Amino acid sequence: MVNLNHGAAIVGIHEHQTRYAPDKSELQIQGESVIKALEDAGLTKNDVEGLFTASSTIRNSGLNLADYLDMYPKYVDNTTVGGGSFEFHLSHALTAIAAGRIKCAVITYSSLAKSGGISVGTGGVARFGHPRLDPSPDSFEEIYGLTTVGLYAMIARRHMELFGTTSEQLAEVAVAMRRHAGLNPEAQFRDPITVSDVVNSRVISDPLHLPDCCVITDGGGAVVIASPELAKDCKQTPVWILGVGEALAHQGAGKRDLMYIAAKQSHGPAFEMAGVKHSDIDMAMVYDSFTITVIETLEDLGFCEKGEGGQFVSNGRIQLGGELPLNTDGGGLSSNHPGMRGIFLLLEATRQLRHEFEGTERQVPNCNIALCHGTGGALGSRHSGGTVILGRN
Amino acid sequence: MPEWKKPLPTISGETKVFWDGCKKGELIIQKCDTCNDYQFYPRGICSNCWTTDIKWVHSTGRGKVWTYTITYQNRTPGFAEDVPYVLALVELDEGVKMFTNIIECDPKEVKIGMDVEVTFVKANNFITIPYFKPVS
Ligand SMILES: [Zn+2]
Repeated sequence: MVNLNHGAAIVGIHEHQTRYAPDKSELQIQGESVIKALEDAGLTKNDVEGLFTASSTIRNSGLNLADYLDMYPKYVDNTTVGGGSFEFHLSHALTAIAAGRIKCAVITYSSLAKSGGISVGTGGVARFGHPRLDPSPDSFEEIYGLTTVGLYAMIARRHMELFGTTSEQLAEVAVAMRRHAGLNPEAQFRDPITVSDVVNSRVISDPLHLPDCCVITDGGGAVVIASPELAKDCKQTPVWILGVGEALAHQGAGKRDLMYIAAKQSHGPAFEMAGVKHSDIDMAMVYDSFTITVIETLEDLGFCEKGEGGQFVSNGRIQLGGELPLNTDGGGLSSNHPGMRGIFLLLEATRQLRHEFEGTERQVPNCNIALCHGTGGALGSRHSGGTVILGRN
Repeated sequence: MPEWKKPLPTISGETKVFWDGCKKGELIIQKCDTCNDYQFYPRGICSNCWTTDIKWVHSTGRGKVWTYTITYQNRTPGFAEDVPYVLALVELDEGVKMFTNIIECDPKEVKIGMDVEVTFVKANNFITIPYFKPVS
């Protein structure tokens, strides 16, 4: 295989500050984000040759976005595999750039999940209206009242049964994310919480309590990726793409052990391409739709053994100052989660690798290598996993 | 019969045998004639070996709770009124898992590994839905 390590770099980013934007359209938030991200890079509309986006609400999202912004990209990718779609986009953009098809790509996303009143986690199948169920798989699943929270709660329940994981250990993840959110002025929820606050709060889908579930916000963002030649001319320190890996996990016709998630398959190729070890990772952005997602992901990425995730996240290990600071923006659990969150993993990892928070508590000291892992869909039914390893040098 | 508010399955040529079985009180799943693998949900192709040599076979209708959650919040009509209910994955004796609700018991009694058996509820004149209950 062609060596893709350092084949492209993130050269521009923008996170839309809004958490609530009832007066804007989704395309408008994407447009504003793309413009700001290109400004950040020192590039212009004419430099963009590849357009990458995903949406659960905009039909023909890439086509409509190109129309809205009057762009004529020669490489288009609408891969939509849930919240982690954007790690897949980054992987595809790297490949397209390394193959010489394009020199510059933009990935963008937005959602009005909050102002649209979409009950992402607990709306069940009616959250996007009351559709006729597809003959399969919906007709064998949605008739039983699946919710997104429920599909993660089922995995949490079995994790507890098999490995003795406790509600208090799940809560440790929520507490860590909230502490980090306290350092992020844009975060939705910033007041500190304790393990006892979490385990004594309302149960949404047993064993998951309300703070075990991500917030629902509006929001969006954009990432600009450039070839090594173009990156040299950009304004910002390039953040290099060192390794990528993609995987899907599903029911396996009723036979897969769902306790192993897609991260198990995707991390190997990413680490191999990057040529780094787990101990080289200075910080990680791990998709935190729910607290159990983080525990399962850390295990299946290989940061600890299967079943040890509950212990791993305890005692401050995943907090700033700990061995593996995670989701330093406050994550989906406290900062923002507009329907899909994968793009924000890339944004915060880039900010950390640029040392944007130097001199403040939010900065991971000497941050040189970061890992992002996006999970999309649901652990209890079918989901995607995209691993991305980024480096400053 | 009261109106069924929950979402109803859409029956296709590929899945009709399954739903016809439910109407007769039988849980019918698929087994491949080439590789002998069971599969669920039913489909026109063996997902393992990709042949179309599929047999419909009677499941024992028994299995164990593989995992579950007690759902306290779901805004979908029909389920909104039904909370708390148990959403579960049951592993059938044949080794395939299927989504279901565990009914006819207190949600708090449900445990992973619990023995359960199929039971059928008529949603309307055309559709009957399989659920599971603790083995009596
Ligand atoms: Zn077969």
